[in-house]
Amino acid sequence: MEFVFDWFRTLYQETGINLPFLYDEYDRNRMIGGFLTTIWLSLVCLFFSVIIGVIGAWLQGSSFKWTRRIVNGYIQLFRNTPPLVQLYFFYFAIGTLLPRVENDWGGQSPILGSFAWAAISLSFFAGAFNVEIFRSGIEAVPKSTVEAAEALGFSKLQIYRDITLPLAFRVVLPALNNNLVNLVKTTTLAYAIAVPEMLYEANQIWSDNVNVTEMMIFLLLAYFALVGVLVSGMNRWERAMKIPGYG
Amino acid sequence: MNWTPADPMVSLKDVHKSFGELKVLNGVSLDVMKGDVICIIGPSGSGKSTLIRCVNALNDIQKGSILVEGQEVNDPNLDKLELRKKVGMVFQQYNLFPHKTALQNVMMAPVRVLKQDKAKAEETARALIRKVRLEGKENAYPGELSGGQQQRVAIARSLAMQPDVILFDEVTAALDPETVGEVLQTIKDLAEDGMTCILVTHEMAFAREVADHIYFTDRGVIVEHGPPETFFKNAQDPRTKEFLSQIL
Ligand SMILES: Nc1ncnc2c1ncn2[C@@H]1O[C@H](COP(=O)(O)OP(=O)(O)OP(=O)(O)O)[C@@H](O)[C@H]1O
Ligand SMILES: [Mg+2]
Repeated sequence: MEFVFDWFRTLYQETGINLPFLYDEYDRNRMIGGFLTTIWLSLVCLFFSVIIGVIGAWLQGSSFKWTRRIVNGYIQLFRNTPPLVQLYFFYFAIGTLLPRVENDWGGQSPILGSFAWAAISLSFFAGAFNVEIFRSGIEAVPKSTVEAAEALGFSKLQIYRDITLPLAFRVVLPALNNNLVNLVKTTTLAYAIAVPEMLYEANQIWSDNVNVTEMMIFLLLAYFALVGVLVSGMNRWERAMKIPGYG
Repeated sequence: MNWTPADPMVSLKDVHKSFGELKVLNGVSLDVMKGDVICIIGPSGSGKSTLIRCVNALNDIQKGSILVEGQEVNDPNLDKLELRKKVGMVFQQYNLFPHKTALQNVMMAPVRVLKQDKAKAEETARALIRKVRLEGKENAYPGELSGGQQQRVAIARSLAMQPDVILFDEVTAALDPETVGEVLQTIKDLAEDGMTCILVTHEMAFAREVADHIYFTDRGVIVEHGPPETFFKNAQDPRTKEFLSQIL
């Protein structure tokens, strides 16, 4: 490894192309930390946004008018406002309304930090789209298949869990994956509330080293690789979920 | 009033059903005894499907009474689960669960609904798949089976719930002529085993052979009914005569 580090150090000295996180331990740890934070934030949001999508789509089929209205209101609100404004709303409006707790240094700090607010805000943002995606999938499940399950004595919840959802899921997988890829890209917004994710850490590094160009190129390629891995994983998953002789 | 096997297993009295303005059933009454096989025939749109779908509460009715082993179906507090444990149904389009194998299709309801032990349910399911002559197709998905094979899986799926009566809604209508026979044979086997069956069918030769009683419906009423010999030879009503002359 030292050999690689030295090579990049020499590269900087000889050509002025400065990638400090490849030879300087402090910057390297910042970059790795940023990368891991991006991955972790993405995973948390992927998980909760899919949960929100599944539950929201179930509630949309509710026989209570007000349940459906609340779900629709939520979808409209989160689809029709910019995600950055949503993030600020959660962090600055709701975050400051919550009580504060005493921290280790005797000061006051908010109950939820910026990472938690980013996770909540982005999960709701992507979740709103996921509800719509799952609903379209549910509508694509033939009524007759559901009736067959009803005739066998399945309860509403059993039908949703065992029949409707697995079938809807396969139908919507491409759209869902699309939304999840978007979600990963949208995690960069967390930069705005100082979540130490990849963009934020890159910014720290270029502030210290005045190497904006190199960092920008690196960031672009890093996200390209990250999303590329995600997309190929999802494509593989789509193929694995295919039912023989169906669709 | 407690139901005994001497009472009709399924008893319809003056059943009325409409979809909005459209009156589909106009006072239908019929009784089915345990072990009976009855066939319902009639022109398209006469309400045959609606009639049998009312028996397991897939459709609700506006007026009248449907008793299944003494349980009133036309009741806002109906225990649907209890009803559907007693009444099985096989559909024209098979309606198998496409993401489950044949074996899983048959096992699923006993495990989920009857809370049967998985190993026991699987054993029963394998036996049923043998019974409908599909040994070796246990792990095939519905999309990999022919129409006739799918329909036989659907019959096995219904049997796995050990119903007391099975409703068949034109179960051969979507099949190729070559595969109709295998499905009819399966139903015939069931009838010989003493299963109570309510069939809607266009297969007159089959109805004549297996039915204990034939009902002819038109525009939401039962026009004429009787045992197959008298029904097919001595139809009285002009509507029945006309229908039979077209179809035979
Ligand atoms: N869910 C529904 N909503 C509105 N009308 C319906 C519905 N289901 C059936 N109908 C109407 O009720 C009438 C009877 O339909 P049904 O399916 O019971 O006829 P059928 O005797 O089974 O005909 P076929 O032999 O073509 O299957 C038809 O006019 C049909 O259009
Ligand atoms: Mg019909």
